[in-house]
Amino acid sequence: MRKVYLDHIAATPLHPLAREAMLPFLKENFGNPQSLHSFGQPVLEAVEEARARVAGLINASSEEVFFTASGSEANNFAVKGMALAQRDKGKHLVVSAIEHQSVLNSVKSLERLGFQATLVPVDREAVVDPQDVAKAITSQTVLVSVMLANNEVGSLQPVAEIVRLCRARQVPFHTDAVAAVGNIPVDVKSLGVDALSLAGDQFYGPKGSAALYVRKGVRLLPFIDGGIQESGRRGGTENVAGIVGLGAAAEAAAKELDRRSEKTQALRDRLIEELPRRVERVILTGHRTRRLPHHASFCIEFIEGEAMLLSLDMKGIAASSGSACTSRALKVSHVLLAMGLDHALAQGSLIFSLLDSTGAEDLDYVLEVFPPIVRRLRDMSPLYTKYLEENRK
Amino acid sequence: MMYTEKVMDHFQNPRNVGVIKDADGVGQVGNPVCGDMMTFYIKVKDGRLADIKFQTFGCGAAIAVSSIVSEMAMNRTLEEALKITNEKVAEELGGLPKNKLHCSNLGADALHKAIENYTTHQGGRPGKSKAAAAAAESCCCPYCDGPLEGGEGICQTCNVELEECPECHKATSAQEETCAHCGRKLH
Repeated sequence: MRKVYLDHIAATPLHPLAREAMLPFLKENFGNPQSLHSFGQPVLEAVEEARARVAGLINASSEEVFFTASGSEANNFAVKGMALAQRDKGKHLVVSAIEHQSVLNSVKSLERLGFQATLVPVDREAVVDPQDVAKAITSQTVLVSVMLANNEVGSLQPVAEIVRLCRARQVPFHTDAVAAVGNIPVDVKSLGVDALSLAGDQFYGPKGSAALYVRKGVRLLPFIDGGIQESGRRGGTENVAGIVGLGAAAEAAAKELDRRSEKTQALRDRLIEELPRRVERVILTGHRTRRLPHHASFCIEFIEGEAMLLSLDMKGIAASSGSACTSRALKVSHVLLAMGLDHALAQGSLIFSLLDSTGAEDLDYVLEVFPPIVRRLRDMSPLYTKYLEENRK
Repeated sequence: MMYTEKVMDHFQNPRNVGVIKDADGVGQVGNPVCGDMMTFYIKVKDGRLADIKFQTFGCGAAIAVSSIVSEMAMNRTLEEALKITNEKVAEELGGLPKNKLHCSNLGADALHKAIENYTTHQGGRPGKSKAAAAAAESCCCPYCDGPLEGGEGICQTCNVELEECPECHKATSAQEETCAHCGRKLH
């Protein structure tokens, strides 16, 4: 059976260059980078080279890059570390309603410590209005965090503009750029952000390897108290192979990014145009053009996401969904609800996210296989029956 | 795979899907907030379920549960069909993932509602009164449709923390900003 992987947002395959770079550190180069001897020193050099490569991808300096074990950790590190470092100044946070759980739940933890938070809404296309952020800022605000690109609906956020408004009020700004870095050009200097999270598994690097950029001079508490690793802000022996793989993936992304995004974007646009032609009552979620180049997300009316995923999986196609039934918590995506979609429509969430290796023939296959799946599930759906009856009247 | 072979079989080849236009009883449960909706249609002949059809909006488990409930109840007497429990449904499917167990509640509930609907129409047998039916409407967890006993603040089925909405007086999640039923802003 044909296999088509369209779940980039869940994981990307490892870049061959990243794998090659990692192998020596899973074999003979096992030394601890903090050791002074000849087993440690070359490993330290490799870690620092990886740091420089990650910094290069986002136009930062090496000493502004801190390695973490995941994008979620980077978000926790930034939100908690920046808020707590300034708690003498104030205890108010501003975040968007569509942030990743690792930001929203970090905020919840801070609320238990006496912080207060304002959730900034988004429009129907999941885009934050910078003026809403400006309005939410008070004299007590110590952090604003708005993601660069939303992983569920692909929308890019006007981060540079939000940063300008925060700067004017001297409020530090963090962006969760996990879905964006390595897939679109990201430049921390032109964005002007104070902190930025990124993760290797979103751009062909290894899982368990991510980083937080923190602009020089920004106050941030250590996240793991321990030794001197990561300048004392994140103790613990380094995940050397992961870090080296992340560095190699960053270097590859810097070179290949334009070609990759040009290619996936053309395919993405074809999917966005063609799917609603082949299946009636489908809406695109997120912004039509200002979105991740590899991301096409929809809501299919009258049917539910998990049933679609199972049916697609039986045809060898891997995708994802924000429906309640696909989440372990049995809660429909907070992103789709924040966009103002009703529960029934949000239940029909379906996300296709493309890889660099995705070909036109893969999408032909999806476009061929998907309409009968929808037809079958709609024939079972009481909501569709009701819709047909109402249309007949 | 998170589902058993039997669940996948019933999901792929659901038995008795459809609508009975001149049904003797119709039962509907669930709502889009919790994710699943099921409608069961029954034809009754000589005290037995002569035909059963269903429609389901929901996940793979919900579809499989509807299918197996229809199969388990077909040609049974009403009394026998009313004895089909959630546990038996899950057991018949070879088990369900823990967080999908609430789907098995929906299947039996929808069938039982269709039978109640039939008996109420018949008038002869004690169906639920209108007031009881209204109470039953609000009895259930808005997230998993599990039963809510007494006034406790937590759903025993899905562990969602609940509170009473001041507007419509139905149970809704204490974590959410708006009521799951009427949309009133809560916090």
